[in-house]
Amino acid sequence: MIEKHELSTVETAETEPVADPGLPEHEPRPTDVDEAAERRAERQVATFFGLSALCTLLFIVSYLVFKVGDEPTVKLGFGLSTPALGATLGLALLLIGVGTIQWARKLMGDHEIMEFRHPGASSQEDRDDTVAILALGAEESGIARRPLIRNSLLGAVGVLLLAPVMALRDLGPLPGDKLFHTIWKKGMRVVQDVDGTPIKPADMEVGQLINGEPAIFFEHDADGEPKIEGVELNQEKAKAAVIIVKMQPGDIKAAKGRENWGVNGVLCYSKICTHVGCPISLWEQQTHHLLCPCHQSTFDLADNGRVVFGPAARPVPQLPLAVDDEGYLIATSDFTEPVGPSFWERG
Amino acid sequence: MTDTIAKSNGKQPAKAGKPSKAGAAATWADDRLGMAGMAKKNLRKVFPDHWSFMLGEIALWSFVVLLLTGVFLTLWFRPSMVEVVYDGSYDQLRGIPMSEAYKSSLDISFDVRAGLLMRQIHHWAAMVFVGSMMIHLLRVYFTGAFRKPRELNWVIGCVLLLLGTLEGFTGYSLPDDLLSGTGLRAADGFMKASPVVGSYMSFFLFGGEFPGSSIIPRLYTAHVLLIPGLLLALIAAHMLLLVYHKHTQWPGPGRTEHNVVGFPMLPVYMAKAGGFFFVVFGVLTLMGGFLSINPVWRFGPYNPAEVTAGSQPDWYMGWPDGALRIMPNWETHLWGITVSWNVMVPILILPPLMLMILISLPFVEAWITGDKREHHLLERPRNAPTRTAVMVALMTFYGLLWAAGGNDIIATHLRLSINQITYFMRGAVFIGPVIAFLITRRWCISLQRHDNETLLHGYESGVIMRDAQGGYSERHLPLPVARAYTLTARDRDQIFVPESEADANGVASPTARKDKVRAALAKYWYGSNIQKPTRAQLEAAHHHAEIEHDHERALENSADGHQFDGRHDVSGEELTTKH
Ligand code: HEM
Ligand code: FES
Repeated sequence: MIEKHELSTVETAETEPVADPGLPEHEPRPTDVDEAAERRAERQVATFFGLSALCTLLFIVSYLVFKVGDEPTVKLGFGLSTPALGATLGLALLLIGVGTIQWARKLMGDHEIMEFRHPGASSQEDRDDTVAILALGAEESGIARRPLIRNSLLGAVGVLLLAPVMALRDLGPLPGDKLFHTIWKKGMRVVQDVDGTPIKPADMEVGQLINGEPAIFFEHDADGEPKIEGVELNQEKAKAAVIIVKMQPGDIKAAKGRENWGVNGVLCYSKICTHVGCPISLWEQQTHHLLCPCHQSTFDLADNGRVVFGPAARPVPQLPLAVDDEGYLIATSDFTEPVGPSFWERG
Repeated sequence: MTDTIAKSNGKQPAKAGKPSKAGAAATWADDRLGMAGMAKKNLRKVFPDHWSFMLGEIALWSFVVLLLTGVFLTLWFRPSMVEVVYDGSYDQLRGIPMSEAYKSSLDISFDVRAGLLMRQIHHWAAMVFVGSMMIHLLRVYFTGAFRKPRELNWVIGCVLLLLGTLEGFTGYSLPDDLLSGTGLRAADGFMKASPVVGSYMSFFLFGGEFPGSSIIPRLYTAHVLLIPGLLLALIAAHMLLLVYHKHTQWPGPGRTEHNVVGFPMLPVYMAKAGGFFFVVFGVLTLMGGFLSINPVWRFGPYNPAEVTAGSQPDWYMGWPDGALRIMPNWETHLWGITVSWNVMVPILILPPLMLMILISLPFVEAWITGDKREHHLLERPRNAPTRTAVMVALMTFYGLLWAAGGNDIIATHLRLSINQITYFMRGAVFIGPVIAFLITRRWCISLQRHDNETLLHGYESGVIMRDAQGGYSERHLPLPVARAYTLTARDRDQIFVPESEADANGVASPTARKDKVRAALAKYWYGSNIQKPTRAQLEAAHHHAEIEHDHERALENSADGHQFDGRHDVSGEELTTKH
């Protein structure tokens, strides 16, 4: 029957250790032989369906009765609306499912039937015919005989692919030098990120960490409009967020050229992890270590933000600090290197 | 087969009567569509039954649940990053500026009745969808269901797993809460680590610098249109191939490579599968009602300067995250360019590589074993020890990376240092799979040996015999024929042997070297397997047992109860109490 498709277990019955005893006899179920059992099953299935309908009605009632609009964790750890709707709808569905399966198992015919498999592949004849038709098509179109037409068509379609690529060009602007700069610049105040209050080094305690941002995020123009807001604010924030820490000046091992980047033990670092860019926030005062919560890269802020552990490859960039006339912290320049995750042309 | 079907099915065979309304409608449709021919062939299509065949169904039905609940969510969700001030029902966030996307997620949770329920069902269904696909894939692999002619369905399945994961990630990102934004930020970092075009990719995807204002609408299009469309098409292809190939079945009495035994599509399979849809939907709805998931209102709106500690992606994203965590911090700076191995290896290289390995498994196995036959009978995992061991090794690799993705949680719960865990994991991901491979292979082979023992010497009956010398032994009884047949219904492994390496003229065959590698691999693949006994061996063993039995005959009937030793007809027998 399946001659040209070899199938496995082709050993013949004589060589098989145990001969195939064939399909077992059909065993009748209780519901097949006992009319009482059959009627019980029938009632059982109908009860499932009836209860399901009841649950749907209760779902509608719950929908009308329970209010959402509260913190859904208030009563017994739950608001009432969601669990009530979930329980009623869930049971309504579940009961239909259970009832149907029960019906199939107990009452529908349970004779297993047998079907032969047929070879999946087409016959050699069909294959040959198809090849012949394809060849005929190729012949009639002359695609093989007219390479000029064929090649120019292929070329045209190839060139056509440039159109969608081109059309997608406006997905976004080119990076330009955006990744190399942040909004920080000489003289900009470093302020608290919560409310924009400026920071005096003397007001900080040793071991303290403050989340900072550039003052411009909180400034308004002459019309009282924020100088920077919306998308632009988020984009700048994603690069310019910083942390300000105070240490014993003696603990700090400033690298060459960074000796005067701090003010009385107050240093400022980028908050954006050099690994893949999570904002870093876990600070261990004792060790001066800053731990990124995303993949646990650890940076030593007493030692120029050096990586002491984890998958990040580069130190967190440091923002050079000074104080202005009023004694508040300011940046003396932008970061001297790109902040955040690495990218190819970063250098 | 009219004997004893439940009476409620009707006692009389159906008779062609007056054309009914339904009949008229069917005629109308068939006049135009001509479906009766196809319906006739397929309505009684046979589906074999086994619990493990439900795993794929769970995946299918949870996808349907995702479509239904997803459409509900689209009615209120606004994929927009425009900043608005929240004025909804949730007190703690009122007056806070946030994106419209986040606000509409809050509205769905607090101001749309049944909205939170639908959000939670949707999220649970997403987890179940991906999880059941994975377990289904394991079932298919461990039972050899991926072999010819079903390799293409294996490939489709692997692509479905990839798309399901992407779909989950895009969905997770939509509400624009602090956690999902953090995930997107990491994705931005991954893209930037791509060689040459990284920063361009990032700028094009985000419509400018991260986070920009385009990413949520763009992900939304992918989440509700592009990826579901692809999923739907591939699932349809998956099902069509399934029907075309007919389902595999477990070997057993009367179940051969040439047939398929089971319940007909109409009505039993349809009722069971259809009922099962309601069961899956019902269970997911109960989960959505009672188990809180992704409470976005707790995390707050996305703020690029904030992060929460212990932030974790959805579970199926855990393993690349683990690889990312334990990767050494290698980066190359050369000629003004930066190559971030620390991101590229775990994220841009490893997951695609794993997918390629997964996809190629059927083809690699077929090449090594040289097996070009069709297979419609499933194999027990123990009867393919090397295959089973390969997957267990991959699972171990996956599991270890997944655990590494929770290294901070492990550290705090077990009070270990995160450094120790990381160093341990770096070694374990390489050594663990090898150990798992070797143990699994050995284990399978001993299980095969055990099967042969059972076949040859019978099963342990629990009857303890005392012989003339006073020694005790357990009586082994021969297996019932059906079980014995099922145990032997498997292939004898044939190890690939290369044809003579040089032809008659001494010209080396062009494939000689390849054949040699292949022969060596095939030998390793099958070499230590235990083959099923031959008929002669089985007969010899049974003959031996008969002789033993003769020796024991003296003991027969010495005590009541011996008639239950399986060698006697016990109908009508019962234990007597006279003794
Ligand atoms: C295979 C399929 C799918 C998966 C794995 C999936 C996964 C997810 C996940 C994990 C979320 C986050 C849920 C949350 O807020 O906690 C989500 C959100 C969402 N999904 Fe899907 N989804 C799928 C299909 C669909 C489809 C087909 C639609 C619509 C036609 C859809 C519409 C939505 C919408 C509108 C949201 C945002 C709702 C919100 O967060 O408030 N999803 N999806
Ligand atoms: S983003 Fe900081 S360690 Fe990965």
